[in-house]
Amino acid sequence: MLNVGQLNEGVVLDHIEAGKSMSIYHYLKLDQLDCCVAIIKNARSNKMGKKDIIKVECPVDMLDLDILGFIDHNITVNIIKNGEIVDKKKLHLPKQIVNVIKCKNPRCITSIEHGLDQVFVLSNEEKEIYRCRYCDEKYHASKAKHK
Amino acid sequence: MRHIMSPLDFSVEELDQLLNLANDIEANPKKYAHACEGKKLATLFYEPSTRTRLSFEAAMMNLGGNVLGFSSADSSSATKGETVADTIRMVACYADICAMRHPKEGAPLVASLHSPIPVINAGDGGHQHPTQTLTDLLTIRSLKGRLDNLTIGLCGDLKFGRTVHSLISALVRYTGIRFVLISPEELRIPSYIRDDVLRENNIEFEEVERLEDALPKLDVLYMTRVQKERFFNEEDYVRMKDFYILDKKKMELAPQDMIVMHPLPRVNEIAVEVDDDPRAAYFKQAQYAVYARMALILTLLEVKVC
Repeated sequence: MLNVGQLNEGVVLDHIEAGKSMSIYHYLKLDQLDCCVAIIKNARSNKMGKKDIIKVECPVDMLDLDILGFIDHNITVNIIKNGEIVDKKKLHLPKQIVNVIKCKNPRCITSIEHGLDQVFVLSNEEKEIYRCRYCDEKYHASKAKHK
Repeated sequence: MRHIMSPLDFSVEELDQLLNLANDIEANPKKYAHACEGKKLATLFYEPSTRTRLSFEAAMMNLGGNVLGFSSADSSSATKGETVADTIRMVACYADICAMRHPKEGAPLVASLHSPIPVINAGDGGHQHPTQTLTDLLTIRSLKGRLDNLTIGLCGDLKFGRTVHSLISALVRYTGIRFVLISPEELRIPSYIRDDVLRENNIEFEEVERLEDALPKLDVLYMTRVQKERFFNEEDYVRMKDFYILDKKKMELAPQDMIVMHPLPRVNEIAVEVDDDPRAAYFKQAQYAVYARMALILTLLEVKVC
Protein backbone atom coordinates (compact mmCIF):
# COMPACT_ATOMS: atom_id res chain seq x y z
CA MET A 1 0.00 0.00 0.00
CA LEU A 2 1.12 3.52 -0.78
CA ASN A 3 2.66 5.12 2.29
CA VAL A 4 2.17 8.80 2.84
CA GLY A 5 4.21 10.32 5.65
CA GLN A 6 2.78 9.89 9.12
CA LEU A 7 1.19 12.91 10.74
CA ASN A 8 2.59 14.20 13.98
CA GLU A 9 -0.39 16.43 14.75
CA GLY A 10 -3.49 16.76 12.65
CA VAL A 11 -6.60 15.04 11.31
CA VAL A 12 -7.10 11.98 9.13
CA LEU A 13 -10.43 11.76 7.34
CA ASP A 14 -10.93 8.09 6.62
CA HIS A 15 -13.63 6.07 4.87
CA ILE A 16 -14.41 8.75 2.32
CA GLU A 17 -16.38 7.29 -0.56
CA ALA A 18 -13.94 6.64 -3.42
CA GLY A 19 -13.73 9.60 -5.76
CA LYS A 20 -15.25 12.12 -3.35
CA SER A 21 -12.09 13.45 -1.74
CA MET A 22 -11.75 16.47 -4.02
CA SER A 23 -15.28 17.66 -3.34
CA ILE A 24 -14.58 17.36 0.39
CA TYR A 25 -11.31 19.23 -0.15
CA HIS A 26 -13.34 22.10 -1.60
CA TYR A 27 -16.22 21.95 0.91
CA LEU A 28 -13.70 22.14 3.79
CA LYS A 29 -11.88 24.97 1.99
CA LEU A 30 -8.59 23.15 2.46
CA ASP A 31 -7.16 25.14 -0.42
CA GLN A 32 -7.33 28.18 1.84
CA LEU A 33 -5.41 26.56 4.70
CA ASP A 34 -1.68 27.10 4.90
CA CYS A 35 -0.86 23.58 6.00
CA CYS A 36 0.19 20.24 4.60
CA VAL A 37 -2.65 18.25 2.98
CA ALA A 38 -2.38 14.75 1.49
CA ILE A 39 -5.13 13.23 -0.59
CA ILE A 40 -5.16 9.49 -1.18
CA LYS A 41 -7.58 8.24 -3.82
CA ASN A 42 -8.86 4.71 -4.31
CA ALA A 43 -7.06 3.17 -1.33
CA ARG A 44 -7.97 -0.48 -0.66
CA SER A 45 -10.58 -0.95 2.03
CA ASN A 46 -11.99 -4.14 3.56
CA LYS A 47 -15.20 -2.33 4.45
CA MET A 48 -15.74 -0.30 1.30
CA GLY A 49 -13.64 -1.99 -1.39
CA LYS A 50 -12.13 1.34 -2.35
CA LYS A 51 -11.99 4.55 -0.35
CA ASP A 52 -10.40 7.99 -0.29
CA ILE A 53 -8.43 9.41 2.63
CA ILE A 54 -7.42 12.99 3.41
CA LYS A 55 -4.64 13.82 5.86
CA VAL A 56 -4.45 17.38 7.12
CA GLU A 57 -1.69 18.71 9.32
CA CYS A 58 -3.66 21.20 11.42
CA PRO A 59 -5.58 21.37 14.72
CA VAL A 60 -9.06 19.80 14.43
CA ASP A 61 -10.82 23.03 15.38
CA MET A 62 -9.64 24.58 12.13
CA LEU A 63 -11.93 22.22 10.21
CA ASP A 64 -15.68 22.64 9.93
CA LEU A 65 -16.86 19.20 11.02
CA ASP A 66 -20.50 20.31 10.69
CA ILE A 67 -20.03 20.56 6.95
CA LEU A 68 -18.32 17.20 6.92
CA GLY A 69 -21.29 15.70 8.79
CA PHE A 70 -23.59 17.21 6.19
CA ILE A 71 -21.61 15.83 3.24
CA ASP A 72 -21.19 12.32 4.63
CA HIS A 73 -21.60 11.47 8.30
CA ASN A 74 -20.05 8.01 7.72
CA ILE A 75 -16.58 9.53 7.31
CA THR A 76 -14.26 8.65 10.22
CA VAL A 77 -12.43 11.60 11.73
CA ASN A 78 -9.20 10.51 13.49
CA ILE A 79 -7.48 13.11 15.66
CA ILE A 80 -3.71 12.64 15.69
CA LYS A 81 -1.36 13.91 18.41
CA ASN A 82 2.30 12.98 18.71
CA GLY A 83 1.85 10.55 15.83
CA GLU A 84 -0.92 8.59 17.60
CA ILE A 85 -4.72 8.48 17.15
CA VAL A 86 -5.99 10.08 20.35
CA ASP A 87 -9.67 10.48 19.43
CA LYS A 88 -12.23 9.43 16.82
CA LYS A 89 -14.96 11.97 16.26
CA LYS A 90 -18.41 10.78 15.35
CA LEU A 91 -20.10 12.98 12.80
CA HIS A 92 -23.74 14.01 12.93
CA LEU A 93 -25.96 15.84 10.53
CA PRO A 94 -25.69 19.48 11.66
CA LYS A 95 -28.91 21.19 12.76
CA GLN A 96 -28.19 24.10 10.44
CA ILE A 97 -25.78 24.77 7.59
CA VAL A 98 -24.82 28.24 6.44
CA ASN A 99 -23.51 29.16 2.99
CA VAL A 100 -22.75 25.56 1.99
CA ILE A 101 -25.52 24.97 -0.54
CA LYS A 102 -27.62 27.49 -2.45
CA CYS A 103 -31.40 27.54 -2.56
CA LYS A 104 -32.51 26.62 -6.07
CA ASN A 105 -36.02 28.03 -5.73
CA PRO A 106 -36.13 31.02 -8.10
CA ARG A 107 -38.97 32.48 -6.01
CA CYS A 108 -36.86 32.48 -2.82
CA ILE A 109 -35.79 35.83 -1.34
CA THR A 110 -32.17 34.57 -1.34
CA SER A 111 -32.25 34.95 -5.14
CA ILE A 112 -32.43 38.76 -4.92
CA GLU A 113 -31.55 40.01 -1.43
CA HIS A 114 -27.90 41.11 -1.22
CA GLY A 115 -25.79 39.93 1.69
CA LEU A 116 -28.25 37.27 2.82
CA ASP A 117 -26.76 34.02 4.14
CA GLN A 118 -27.94 30.78 2.52
CA VAL A 119 -29.31 28.92 5.54
CA PHE A 120 -30.68 25.38 5.50
CA VAL A 121 -32.22 23.79 8.60
CA LEU A 122 -32.41 20.05 9.32
CA SER A 123 -36.13 19.20 9.18
CA ASN A 124 -36.06 15.38 9.13
CA GLU A 125 -32.97 13.68 10.54
CA GLU A 126 -34.09 10.16 9.60
CA LYS A 127 -34.71 11.06 5.96
CA GLU A 128 -31.75 13.50 5.94
CA ILE A 129 -33.90 16.36 4.69
CA TYR A 130 -32.93 19.99 5.01
CA ARG A 131 -35.18 22.93 4.20
CA CYS A 132 -34.31 26.47 3.20
CA ARG A 133 -34.89 28.68 6.22
CA TYR A 134 -36.69 31.27 4.09
CA CYS A 135 -38.82 29.37 1.57
CA ASP A 136 -38.83 25.76 2.91
CA GLU A 137 -37.34 24.39 -0.32
CA LYS A 138 -36.33 20.78 0.31
CA TYR A 139 -32.75 19.51 0.00
CA HIS A 140 -31.67 15.90 0.55
CA ALA A 141 -28.31 15.71 2.34
CA SER A 142 -27.52 12.59 0.30
CA LYS A 143 -27.29 14.87 -2.76
CA ALA A 144 -24.26 16.60 -1.25
CA LYS A 145 -22.52 13.24 -0.85
CA HIS A 146 -23.12 12.38 -4.49
CA LYS A 147 -22.21 15.78 -5.87
CA MET B 1 -42.21 41.00 20.77
CA ARG B 2 -43.17 38.41 18.21
CA HIS B 3 -43.77 38.17 14.48
CA ILE B 4 -46.10 35.92 12.52
CA MET B 5 -44.70 34.14 9.51
CA SER B 6 -46.73 30.91 9.37
CA PRO B 7 -50.12 29.82 10.70
CA LEU B 8 -48.26 27.28 12.81
CA ASP B 9 -46.40 30.00 14.71
CA PHE B 10 -49.31 29.97 17.16
CA SER B 11 -50.00 26.93 19.32
CA VAL B 12 -53.56 25.54 19.30
CA GLU B 13 -54.14 27.23 22.71
CA GLU B 14 -52.81 30.59 21.49
CA LEU B 15 -54.93 30.25 18.38
CA ASP B 16 -58.00 29.64 20.53
CA GLN B 17 -57.31 32.83 22.49
CA LEU B 18 -56.86 34.77 19.27
CA LEU B 19 -60.10 33.45 17.78
CA ASN B 20 -61.92 34.19 21.06
CA LEU B 21 -60.63 37.76 20.86
CA ALA B 22 -61.81 38.00 17.23
CA ASN B 23 -65.28 36.81 18.24
CA ASP B 24 -65.36 39.36 21.07
CA ILE B 25 -64.42 42.10 18.58
CA GLU B 26 -67.26 40.93 16.33
CA ALA B 27 -69.72 41.06 19.23
CA ASN B 28 -68.46 44.32 20.78
CA PRO B 29 -66.81 46.46 18.07
CA LYS B 30 -67.20 49.69 20.04
CA LYS B 31 -65.13 48.32 22.91
CA TYR B 32 -62.12 48.14 20.57
CA ALA B 33 -62.70 51.34 18.58
CA HIS B 34 -59.87 53.24 20.29
CA ALA B 35 -57.61 50.35 21.29
CA CYS B 36 -54.82 51.35 18.90
CA GLU B 37 -55.17 55.11 19.02
CA GLY B 38 -51.82 56.72 18.27
CA LYS B 39 -50.45 53.53 16.72
CA LYS B 40 -49.50 53.11 13.08
CA LEU B 41 -49.60 50.08 10.81
CA ALA B 42 -47.25 50.05 7.81
CA THR B 43 -48.58 48.04 4.87
CA LEU B 44 -45.60 47.12 2.71
CA PHE B 45 -47.14 45.52 -0.37
CA TYR B 46 -44.53 44.73 -3.00
CA GLU B 47 -47.21 43.22 -5.23
CA PRO B 48 -50.83 44.16 -5.82
CA SER B 49 -53.51 42.87 -3.48
CA THR B 50 -57.02 44.07 -2.90
CA ARG B 51 -58.60 42.06 -0.11
CA THR B 52 -55.57 41.53 2.07
CA ARG B 53 -54.36 45.12 2.03
CA LEU B 54 -57.80 46.65 2.43
CA SER B 55 -58.74 44.32 5.26
CA PHE B 56 -55.47 45.10 7.10
CA GLU B 57 -56.15 48.81 6.68
CA ALA B 58 -59.78 48.42 7.75
CA ALA B 59 -58.65 46.38 10.77
CA MET B 60 -56.24 49.08 11.96
CA MET B 61 -58.77 51.86 11.32
CA ASN B 62 -61.44 49.94 13.27
CA LEU B 63 -59.00 49.88 16.17
CA GLY B 64 -58.56 53.68 16.00
CA GLY B 65 -55.05 53.45 14.55
CA ASN B 66 -53.52 54.90 11.41
CA VAL B 67 -52.11 53.31 8.28
CA LEU B 68 -49.24 54.18 5.96
CA GLY B 69 -47.46 52.22 3.24
CA PHE B 70 -47.22 51.38 -0.42
CA SER B 71 -49.20 49.04 -2.64
CA SER B 72 -46.69 48.00 -5.29
CA ALA B 73 -42.93 47.59 -5.55
CA ASP B 74 -42.90 50.37 -8.18
CA SER B 75 -43.78 52.93 -5.56
CA SER B 76 -41.19 51.72 -3.03
CA SER B 77 -37.41 52.00 -2.78
CA ALA B 78 -37.14 48.41 -4.03
CA THR B 79 -36.92 49.85 -7.55
CA LYS B 80 -33.79 51.70 -6.40
CA GLY B 81 -32.30 48.44 -5.21
CA GLU B 82 -33.02 48.76 -1.48
CA THR B 83 -32.93 45.46 0.40
CA VAL B 84 -35.83 44.21 2.49
CA ALA B 85 -33.53 44.37 5.52
CA ASP B 86 -32.90 48.09 5.01
CA THR B 87 -36.53 48.88 4.19
CA ILE B 88 -37.86 47.40 7.41
CA ARG B 89 -35.27 49.23 9.54
CA MET B 90 -36.40 52.48 7.94
CA VAL B 91 -40.13 51.66 8.26
CA ALA B 92 -39.69 50.78 11.93
CA CYS B 93 -38.82 54.44 12.53
CA TYR B 94 -42.30 55.44 11.30
CA ALA B 95 -44.67 52.65 12.36
CA ASP B 96 -45.46 50.37 15.33
CA ILE B 97 -46.31 47.22 13.36
CA CYS B 98 -45.95 46.11 9.77
CA ALA B 99 -47.78 43.82 7.34
CA MET B 100 -45.66 42.74 4.38
CA ARG B 101 -46.65 41.08 1.13
CA HIS B 102 -43.81 40.15 -1.19
CA PRO B 103 -43.56 38.02 -4.34
CA LYS B 104 -40.36 36.40 -3.03
CA GLU B 105 -40.78 33.58 -0.54
CA GLY B 106 -39.20 34.29 2.83
CA ALA B 107 -39.03 38.08 2.37
CA PRO B 108 -41.16 38.77 5.49
CA LEU B 109 -38.90 36.44 7.47
CA VAL B 110 -35.86 38.45 6.38
CA ALA B 111 -37.70 41.59 7.48
CA SER B 112 -38.49 40.06 10.87
CA LEU B 113 -34.82 39.24 11.45
CA HIS B 114 -33.95 42.94 11.23
CA SER B 115 -37.10 44.48 12.65
CA PRO B 116 -37.63 46.09 16.05
CA ILE B 117 -41.41 46.08 15.39
CA PRO B 118 -43.73 43.07 14.86
CA VAL B 119 -43.86 41.88 11.24
CA ILE B 120 -46.89 40.08 9.83
CA ASN B 121 -46.45 37.96 6.73
CA ALA B 122 -49.30 39.10 4.48
CA GLY B 123 -48.39 36.54 1.80
CA ASP B 124 -44.97 35.62 0.40
CA GLY B 125 -45.21 34.17 -3.11
CA GLY B 126 -46.66 30.67 -3.11
CA HIS B 127 -45.29 30.02 0.38
CA GLN B 128 -47.33 31.20 3.38
CA HIS B 129 -50.35 33.41 4.01
CA PRO B 130 -51.02 33.03 7.74
CA THR B 131 -53.71 35.70 8.05
CA GLN B 132 -55.80 33.98 5.37
CA THR B 133 -55.56 30.79 7.42
CA LEU B 134 -56.55 32.65 10.60
CA THR B 135 -59.53 34.03 8.69
CA ASP B 136 -60.50 30.55 7.46
CA LEU B 137 -60.23 29.04 10.95
CA LEU B 138 -62.25 31.89 12.44
CA THR B 139 -64.94 31.48 9.78
CA ILE B 140 -65.21 27.72 10.29
CA ARG B 141 -65.24 27.98 14.09
CA SER B 142 -67.76 30.82 14.11
CA LEU B 143 -70.17 29.20 11.65
CA LYS B 144 -69.75 25.53 12.55
CA GLY B 145 -69.07 26.06 16.27
CA ARG B 146 -65.94 23.89 16.32
CA LEU B 147 -62.65 23.11 14.62
CA ASP B 148 -62.65 19.39 15.37
CA ASN B 149 -64.72 16.47 14.04
CA LEU B 150 -65.33 18.01 10.63
CA THR B 151 -65.30 16.67 7.08
CA ILE B 152 -63.77 19.33 4.89
CA GLY B 153 -63.89 19.27 1.11
CA LEU B 154 -61.17 21.22 -0.69
CA CYS B 155 -61.98 21.75 -4.34
CA GLY B 156 -60.16 23.09 -7.40
CA ASP B 157 -56.50 23.92 -7.68
CA LEU B 158 -55.01 21.90 -4.84
CA LYS B 159 -51.57 21.83 -6.46
CA PHE B 160 -50.64 25.50 -6.43
CA GLY B 161 -53.13 26.85 -3.89
CA ARG B 162 -51.10 27.96 -0.86
CA THR B 163 -54.35 28.79 0.95
CA VAL B 164 -55.35 25.14 0.83
CA HIS B 165 -51.90 23.89 1.90
CA SER B 166 -51.83 26.24 4.91
CA LEU B 167 -55.37 25.37 5.92
CA ILE B 168 -54.62 21.65 5.84
CA SER B 169 -51.46 22.15 7.93
CA ALA B 170 -53.42 24.16 10.49
CA LEU B 171 -56.41 21.79 10.70
CA VAL B 172 -54.46 18.56 11.17
CA ARG B 173 -53.74 19.74 14.72
CA TYR B 174 -57.40 19.16 15.64
CA THR B 175 -58.98 15.76 16.30
CA GLY B 176 -61.48 14.02 14.04
CA ILE B 177 -60.63 16.03 10.92
CA ARG B 178 -61.25 14.30 7.61
CA PHE B 179 -60.49 15.73 4.17
CA VAL B 180 -62.04 15.10 0.79
CA LEU B 181 -59.62 16.43 -1.83
CA ILE B 182 -61.53 17.27 -5.01
CA SER B 183 -59.42 18.12 -8.06
CA PRO B 184 -58.61 17.08 -11.61
CA GLU B 185 -55.61 14.76 -11.92
CA GLU B 186 -53.34 17.65 -13.03
CA LEU B 187 -54.10 19.79 -9.98
CA ARG B 188 -53.93 17.20 -7.22
CA ILE B 189 -52.41 18.00 -3.84
CA PRO B 190 -48.58 17.90 -3.90
CA SER B 191 -46.84 14.91 -2.36
CA TYR B 192 -45.23 16.98 0.39
CA ILE B 193 -48.70 17.76 1.75
CA ARG B 194 -50.07 14.24 1.14
CA ASP B 195 -47.07 12.47 2.70
CA ASP B 196 -45.47 14.94 5.11
CA VAL B 197 -48.66 16.47 6.51
CA LEU B 198 -51.65 14.15 5.98
CA ARG B 199 -50.06 10.70 6.21
CA GLU B 200 -47.50 11.85 8.80
CA ASN B 201 -50.37 12.90 11.10
CA ASN B 202 -52.56 9.85 10.30
CA ILE B 203 -55.29 12.05 8.88
CA GLU B 204 -58.13 10.36 7.06
CA PHE B 205 -58.47 11.68 3.49
CA GLU B 206 -59.68 10.68 0.06
CA GLU B 207 -58.96 12.11 -3.38
CA VAL B 208 -61.84 12.36 -5.83
CA GLU B 209 -62.44 14.06 -9.16
CA ARG B 210 -66.21 14.59 -9.12
CA LEU B 211 -67.56 17.33 -6.86
CA GLU B 212 -70.99 15.67 -6.92
CA ASP B 213 -69.57 12.54 -5.24
CA ALA B 214 -68.11 14.54 -2.37
CA LEU B 215 -70.87 17.05 -1.66
CA PRO B 216 -73.28 14.87 0.41
CA LYS B 217 -70.67 14.11 3.08
CA LEU B 218 -69.21 17.56 3.69
CA ASP B 219 -69.45 19.95 6.65
CA VAL B 220 -67.37 22.55 4.84
CA LEU B 221 -66.73 23.01 1.12
CA TYR B 222 -63.69 25.18 0.39
CA MET B 223 -63.66 26.25 -3.26
CA THR B 224 -60.55 27.69 -4.93
CA ARG B 225 -59.85 29.53 -8.12
CA VAL B 226 -57.67 28.03 -10.84
CA GLN B 227 -55.02 30.73 -11.15
CA LYS B 228 -54.05 31.67 -14.69
CA GLU B 229 -50.57 32.84 -13.64
CA ARG B 230 -49.66 29.30 -12.53
CA PHE B 231 -49.95 27.83 -16.02
CA PHE B 232 -47.25 27.87 -18.66
CA ASN B 233 -49.67 27.63 -21.55
CA GLU B 234 -53.07 29.11 -22.15
CA GLU B 235 -54.50 25.83 -23.45
CA ASP B 236 -54.00 24.02 -20.12
CA TYR B 237 -55.52 26.93 -18.22
CA VAL B 238 -58.58 27.08 -20.47
CA ARG B 239 -59.08 23.32 -20.03
CA MET B 240 -58.86 23.55 -16.22
CA LYS B 241 -60.51 26.86 -15.39
CA ASP B 242 -64.10 25.71 -15.62
CA PHE B 243 -63.53 22.16 -14.40
CA TYR B 244 -65.65 22.86 -11.32
CA ILE B 245 -68.64 25.15 -11.23
CA LEU B 246 -70.70 25.07 -8.08
CA ASP B 247 -74.28 25.93 -8.96
CA LYS B 248 -77.75 25.65 -7.41
CA LYS B 249 -78.27 22.15 -8.81
CA LYS B 250 -75.09 20.80 -7.21
CA MET B 251 -75.95 22.56 -3.95
CA GLU B 252 -79.05 20.36 -3.75
CA LEU B 253 -76.69 17.44 -3.08
CA ALA B 254 -75.07 19.18 -0.11
CA PRO B 255 -76.21 18.91 3.51
CA GLN B 256 -78.37 21.76 4.78
CA ASP B 257 -75.78 22.80 7.37
CA MET B 258 -72.75 22.70 5.05
CA ILE B 259 -70.96 26.00 4.49
CA VAL B 260 -69.29 27.12 1.25
CA MET B 261 -66.05 29.05 1.61
CA HIS B 262 -63.76 30.70 -0.94
CA PRO B 263 -60.72 32.94 -0.35
CA LEU B 264 -61.90 35.20 -3.24
CA PRO B 265 -61.67 36.49 -5.87
CA ARG B 266 -63.87 33.95 -7.60
CA VAL B 267 -64.11 33.67 -11.36
CA ASN B 268 -66.50 30.98 -12.58
CA GLU B 269 -66.12 28.32 -9.91
CA ILE B 270 -69.13 29.50 -7.90
CA ALA B 271 -72.17 30.56 -9.91
CA VAL B 272 -73.62 33.90 -8.81
CA GLU B 273 -76.96 32.13 -8.16
CA VAL B 274 -75.34 30.38 -5.15
CA ASP B 275 -74.72 33.74 -3.42
CA ASP B 276 -78.29 33.82 -2.09
CA ASP B 277 -78.03 30.33 -0.60
CA PRO B 278 -77.77 30.64 3.22
CA ARG B 279 -74.90 28.17 3.08
CA ALA B 280 -72.76 30.58 1.02
CA ALA B 281 -70.23 31.88 3.55
CA TYR B 282 -67.58 33.51 1.35
CA PHE B 283 -68.63 37.10 1.91
CA LYS B 284 -68.96 36.49 5.65
CA GLN B 285 -65.44 35.06 5.38
CA ALA B 286 -64.28 38.42 3.98
CA GLN B 287 -65.82 40.11 7.03
CA TYR B 288 -64.15 37.63 9.39
CA ALA B 289 -60.83 38.56 7.71
CA VAL B 290 -61.09 41.98 9.32
CA TYR B 291 -61.87 40.58 12.80
CA ALA B 292 -59.02 38.07 12.53
CA ARG B 293 -56.56 40.79 11.55
CA MET B 294 -57.82 43.12 14.31
CA ALA B 295 -57.25 40.35 16.85
CA LEU B 296 -53.80 39.68 15.44
CA ILE B 297 -52.77 43.35 15.54
CA LEU B 298 -53.94 43.65 19.18
CA THR B 299 -52.12 40.46 20.13
CA LEU B 300 -48.83 41.39 18.47
CA LEU B 301 -48.95 44.95 19.86
CA GLU B 302 -49.80 43.44 23.28
CA VAL B 303 -52.74 45.81 23.66
CA LYS B 304 -55.17 44.66 26.33
CA VAL B 305 -58.78 45.90 26.21
CA CYS B 306 -60.85 45.47 29.36
